[in-house]
Amino acid sequence: MTRHQPNLTAEKIVGGVATDTRHDSAHKHVTGEAVYIDDMAEPAGTLHACLGLSTVAHGKIIGMDLTAVRAAPGVVEVLTGHDVPGENDISPSGRHDEPILATEKVEFFGQPIFAVIAETREAARRACAKAKVTYEELPFVTDVGALDPASDKLVTEPLTLKRGEAAEAIAAAPRRLKGSMRIGGQDHFYLEGHIAMAVPGEDDDVTVYSSTQHPSEVQHMVAHALGTSSHSVTVEIRRMGGGFGGKETQGNQFAAIAAIAAKKLKRAVKIRPDRDDDMIATGKRHDFLVDYEVGFDEAGNILGVDYLYAARCGFSSDLSGPVTDRALFHCDNAYFLPAVKAVSAPLYTNTVSNTAFRGFGGPQGMVGMERVIDEVAFATGLDPLDVRKRNFYGTDERNVTPYHQTVEDNILDRIVGELEKSADYAGRREAIAAFNAGSKIIKRGIALTPVKFGISFTATHFNQAGALVHVYTDGSVHLNHGGTEMGQGLYVKVAQVVAEEFQIDASNVKITATTTGKVPNTSATAASSGTDLNGMAAQNAARQIKDRLTAFAAEKYDLPAEQIVFLPNRVRIGNQEIPFGDLVKQAYMARIQLSAAGFYKTPKIHWDRDAGSGRPFYYYAYGAACAEVSIDTLTGEYMVDRVDILHETGRSLNRAIDIGQIEGGFIQGMGWLTTEELVWDDRGRLRTHAPSTYKIPLASDRPKIFNVTLADWVENDEETVHKSKAVGEPPFMLGMSVLHALSDAVASVADHRICPRLDAPATPERVLMAVERLKREASS
Amino acid sequence: MARSEIRFILNGEDIALSAVRPDETLLDFLRLRRSLRGTKEGCAEGDCGACTVLVGRLADGELVYEGVNACIRFLGSLDGSHVVTVEHLRRPDGSLHPVQQAMVDFHGSQCGFCTPGFVMSLYALWMREPAPSDAAIEKALQGNLCRCTGYEPIVKAARAFDTYGDAASDPLATERTEMARRLADLRDGSRVEIGEGKDRLVVPSSLDDLADILEAEPKATIVSGSTDVGLWVTKHMRDIAPVVFIGGVEELRTVIEDETSITLGANVSYTDAYRSLGARIPAWRSLLDRIGGDQVRNMGTIGGNIANGSPIGDTPPPLIALGATLTLRKGAKTRDLPLEDFFIDYGKQDRGSGEFVQSVTVPLPKPGAIYRVHKVTKRRDEDITAVLGAFHLEIEGGRCVSARIAYGGMAATPKRAKAVEAALVGRDWNEAAIEEAVAALAQDFAPISDMRASAEYRLLAAQNLIRRFYLETAGEERVTLQRYEEA
Repeated sequence: MTRHQPNLTAEKIVGGVATDTRHDSAHKHVTGEAVYIDDMAEPAGTLHACLGLSTVAHGKIIGMDLTAVRAAPGVVEVLTGHDVPGENDISPSGRHDEPILATEKVEFFGQPIFAVIAETREAARRACAKAKVTYEELPFVTDVGALDPASDKLVTEPLTLKRGEAAEAIAAAPRRLKGSMRIGGQDHFYLEGHIAMAVPGEDDDVTVYSSTQHPSEVQHMVAHALGTSSHSVTVEIRRMGGGFGGKETQGNQFAAIAAIAAKKLKRAVKIRPDRDDDMIATGKRHDFLVDYEVGFDEAGNILGVDYLYAARCGFSSDLSGPVTDRALFHCDNAYFLPAVKAVSAPLYTNTVSNTAFRGFGGPQGMVGMERVIDEVAFATGLDPLDVRKRNFYGTDERNVTPYHQTVEDNILDRIVGELEKSADYAGRREAIAAFNAGSKIIKRGIALTPVKFGISFTATHFNQAGALVHVYTDGSVHLNHGGTEMGQGLYVKVAQVVAEEFQIDASNVKITATTTGKVPNTSATAASSGTDLNGMAAQNAARQIKDRLTAFAAEKYDLPAEQIVFLPNRVRIGNQEIPFGDLVKQAYMARIQLSAAGFYKTPKIHWDRDAGSGRPFYYYAYGAACAEVSIDTLTGEYMVDRVDILHETGRSLNRAIDIGQIEGGFIQGMGWLTTEELVWDDRGRLRTHAPSTYKIPLASDRPKIFNVTLADWVENDEETVHKSKAVGEPPFMLGMSVLHALSDAVASVADHRICPRLDAPATPERVLMAVERLKREASS
Repeated sequence: MARSEIRFILNGEDIALSAVRPDETLLDFLRLRRSLRGTKEGCAEGDCGACTVLVGRLADGELVYEGVNACIRFLGSLDGSHVVTVEHLRRPDGSLHPVQQAMVDFHGSQCGFCTPGFVMSLYALWMREPAPSDAAIEKALQGNLCRCTGYEPIVKAARAFDTYGDAASDPLATERTEMARRLADLRDGSRVEIGEGKDRLVVPSSLDDLADILEAEPKATIVSGSTDVGLWVTKHMRDIAPVVFIGGVEELRTVIEDETSITLGANVSYTDAYRSLGARIPAWRSLLDRIGGDQVRNMGTIGGNIANGSPIGDTPPPLIALGATLTLRKGAKTRDLPLEDFFIDYGKQDRGSGEFVQSVTVPLPKPGAIYRVHKVTKRRDEDITAVLGAFHLEIEGGRCVSARIAYGGMAATPKRAKAVEAALVGRDWNEAAIEEAVAALAQDFAPISDMRASAEYRLLAAQNLIRRFYLETAGEERVTLQRYEEA
């Protein structure tokens, strides 16, 4: 690249905030030049690791004969849990319930029990297959439906949220009903699977390149596994090929094994599991079984709700505590519940330990709530949208959540009202009814569903971030922060913020790989918080430097600070303008520090889990989607004909990036609720562990008409970075509109008199079976 | 004379390899041996498209470029072809290719990992159709998964890319004649033989040569498109040597058409089949559209789909419903048998040692006959069949006079529904007869439950396909979902 030549007379910088700046790596993505970990040049002598996985769902290991593995061509070393020099544990919850390599017992089919290190990846894979492991098999359970939430084993403490007296409110309500809903899990299916490469250094040092959303945690886990201090371990990641929560904790295992092997063998070690192993051995979105009882009146007012959210957590706690908590935090979605009780049951199962996934339990909580809305609508004969609108949070009253936070920024009425109009919900509902009356086999359905999503880590201490900004003497800027880039455009957004601060073109800001050596003790890039936290930290760092430059110029030119103004690529100092780079050079000569560490912590938030009360969220993000579908009542197959979305991201830092998050999030949410089905067999084996069996949406599954609009009249009420709002997770839940449109289409076969109770994912099979059930019930 | 090296052209460079393992994939070659790391591995089973590259080959003297999945394409199958990777796209002045520039401008990448594969699929589309319809774009992208964007910006880029540049001035177009000459030069008419035992691979020089090789080495694995055998290696790590790569045997790509039938050589790919089966039998066009994505359709062959014997292969049931005949060859001898008799049991076919599928002869539906094929899957495109039904009936004067009905996904083999046929033939064509036929299906099949569908769903959906067939013949409108009107 040639050196950037700034325009010294520009009225605006290129690539500041509120511009549609392209993803910083776009040109490298399309040419294949963007370097992912597997693309890095390996150090000479790099070895390759492969995990040996258990072949029973639950059992004691009574024999592990690895002789043939060790003797296989190319094998250098075989590691078991006994070879871990430090602690054989990577539990992110501190509950010590997740071994790197299981030693005495295995608790799910596919649990890693040994690792082969060989000269090539292929040699390691082939050798793995030669292990002879014998087990004493134990009873196992994979489905939460077979468990009692009250008495069976939990992986972590359950949560209860309570406001008012739900049982009394339901008992006193004119009408009440109960039911339950299955909500399936979801594989992340990041296109780049897990990978780590560890390069040993001197003393205890090791550098680990890890495809992780949480470098600091990988650093800590590797240090524990090696029995060394965090300062010996450096973790670096320039970019991931997708994360979606799947790389928040699940990279720990691979990083730890690579690091252990690298230190032991004094050679670089890379581990990249095959897609099938990745899908079998790493956690997914939690499946839920939601029991609900609701009291309501004939007008569709919800008077009280009692929920039990039972989750398939897998064999260990991982993040199941906060995930099931967040499900409860969203058991209201957008609705005021006058009396509510919600209880979580994070159940132990003999399946892979489930983990973070975009929305982090929130989507499951909201899907449960929307089912309740559907039930009330069918019971009262009202249009589901009318029931929704009737129960929305108020602005001055009816505005307290089940966790006693007051909703202060409610814009539901306007968002939903505008979308209802722009999508012509009423007109299309009529047209669909007319179509269905004349169509025997193909039936259409429509639904409009809202999203209100709480922004902040519910563990308050995670809501902090750091950044490191250097200004070099030529005026170019080096930017580093604790957030990781997984495709969401975090790097470019933070660069825009820094460019805006200095008033220099964004191309003059170099975005550098996230590394624990530059910014320490970071939080995971998760909870949609990446830009809110790291953008503010970087802004803080840039402002420190800018303040120093201002003070320096004011002193040098003997002017009041107000007369030092940062203009695009230049600085006005009194009556003269000089290039930004010239001021920097002068400051350097005057021995002004041109580097700063920035810091940010989210204000106002607090949460008392024992009391079930507080303000866990700094603010809420809102949106709504209206979906129309067609179903084939002979096979249950369907198509999404049209989707309209109105979503808000506050004062958007980058509309193009935000719309990309909304479109992509919607499709991913739609996939979760439609064709993405996880199937375990009677031996506890996951049978959907590759794209041949696990079906994420294709281009031809996206809505045929897809209108996505940003509600640009919103700005964040809170002092977020340039008044923007988080966008990573909230749009995912817009996918609920498709589930409800399918439900609406199914309901048409029984004249909308019976609630289809369509579970998720609503595969063609589920749709057909629901159609059959409704036809049967309608005719009996 | 046998040659002991594989020769092909990689981007601009002549490649001659004498050290090639029979199970070495093109993707590993690119990434590990050549450090061309723009091509990514997403799944190693030909389902995600992150590894898409173009392969140019001479077909009847014409140079054709097709997208393929490098992860399951064996190096040994590339003899005489031109491999084009994403690294070849940048212009000499360093600027982006029009397809790349459109992807950048429309924000078509987020994490970027799938992007090179999308760029290559779009490149293939752009050369074929510079101004594609939405239907054509979606079809071209059936074999590429993206988890970030939701596809919308990628489709927008494709809609616009004809404004970015002229496909006729693309290097692959302007250098076409020269490249065709270079590829023709690589074809010296000799057999390729490399390695012994577990390392042995053979590329026959002709059909007769193939017959000779298989007589001498009857245990050899026959590989054409490798859309299935590829996974034996990448997923099951099976030893497949010795391997005979038949993809280059031109005689097996022959299509012979007459008034009443089409004979397809075993190497005819799904893509090739659009021009014969697809052109003459409309039901085949929509079926082919739902087999894999372009990469798999470009690689996979109808002969392979038959020889492989899978109970969920998509072409045997519709071929059986047409009464197709299989021609097998061993040495100089050929024999014919009805296709339905080829499938004996799960994993067992009527193919002798050293014998191979040479061709399949497909009778066209008789004028007036009704022929329909319906595939049922969890995801509409690029999914493996849960249930597939093929119906071929003659209805005259309100009576069913003949019926051949075959299903996939319902038994251990592709199989005719003879009880259903019996319930229909000779009967008046009305709802009562249909309901009896629907009931009879349970005598024909006892399907299994697996990750694709439950037994209950399979049976019900299979029954409903009979009902759908009836409704179609009864003139009921809108009995199938259609995203786009057929072009």
